[in-house]
Amino acid sequence: MRRDIFQAIADPTRRAILVLVASQAMTPNAIADNFNTTRQAVSKHLRILTECELVKQEQKGREIYYSLEIDKMKEVDKWLEQFRKIWETRFNQLDNLLSTIKKK
Amino acid sequence: MNSLQFDFTVDKAAKTVYITREFAAEQSLVWDAFTKKELLDQWWAPKPLMSKTKSMDFKVGGRRFYAMVSPEGKEIAWQIQDYTSISPKTNFKFLSVFADKDENPHLPGSNWDLNFSEHNGITKVFITIYNDSLERMEKMIEMGFKEGFTMTLNELELLLSTLKK
Repeated sequence: MRRDIFQAIADPTRRAILVLVASQAMTPNAIADNFNTTRQAVSKHLRILTECELVKQEQKGREIYYSLEIDKMKEVDKWLEQFRKIWETRFNQLDNLLSTIKKK
Repeated sequence: MNSLQFDFTVDKAAKTVYITREFAAEQSLVWDAFTKKELLDQWWAPKPLMSKTKSMDFKVGGRRFYAMVSPEGKEIAWQIQDYTSISPKTNFKFLSVFADKDENPHLPGSNWDLNFSEHNGITKVFITIYNDSLERMEKMIEMGFKEGFTMTLNELELLLSTLKK
């Protein structure tokens, strides 16, 4: 069964997993260390994310590493929204800086 | 305060990003915020990231070399901006490329064109970012995406501490 990508990212734990593997590839154990849930629960989340092709697996020696499947994320509207949000944050910071300078 | 304009559009076909923003400050002040490193570093990186300018020589042929630094102090992305044109207070252009920590550029880059104008005390900044290739643009958006994700790290920490209880 093909899963719905939006359903996959609707879950907060799965979103947290995506944030974790966005910065570096991680083993299921390393991922599970970040959550107070069972290994099984994390495995289930990883399976759903893999089925949606939001993460990819890579065998390195005996370990399997999960990393973010960046191409798939592009299909999500959030993709550009994140980029826009950076500029929004950046400019809000500049607003604050400008008003601080003006008061001097 | 009246609402300030903010437009953000991505034209994939033209490989260009257009950004317009108004600021409630005079033009020379906004210009300084974009062209002086001690001011740039205070706002350029989206929090919790920090911008750290290693070197900056704001003149045609000059360069800004800077890093995005994570809250843990890890340098996560290096960038070079080579200034190609400067018309004081109204326009400047640079070529932006990703780099490694030793300042080796990863071509191709993107061409940035920044325009400044003031009307009734409101300064408008219009930015055009043209990418040499679609791949480069996607890479830029990908980096932005990761930075956006880093921004959510605070939320993640909060979530993780909730889950651990």
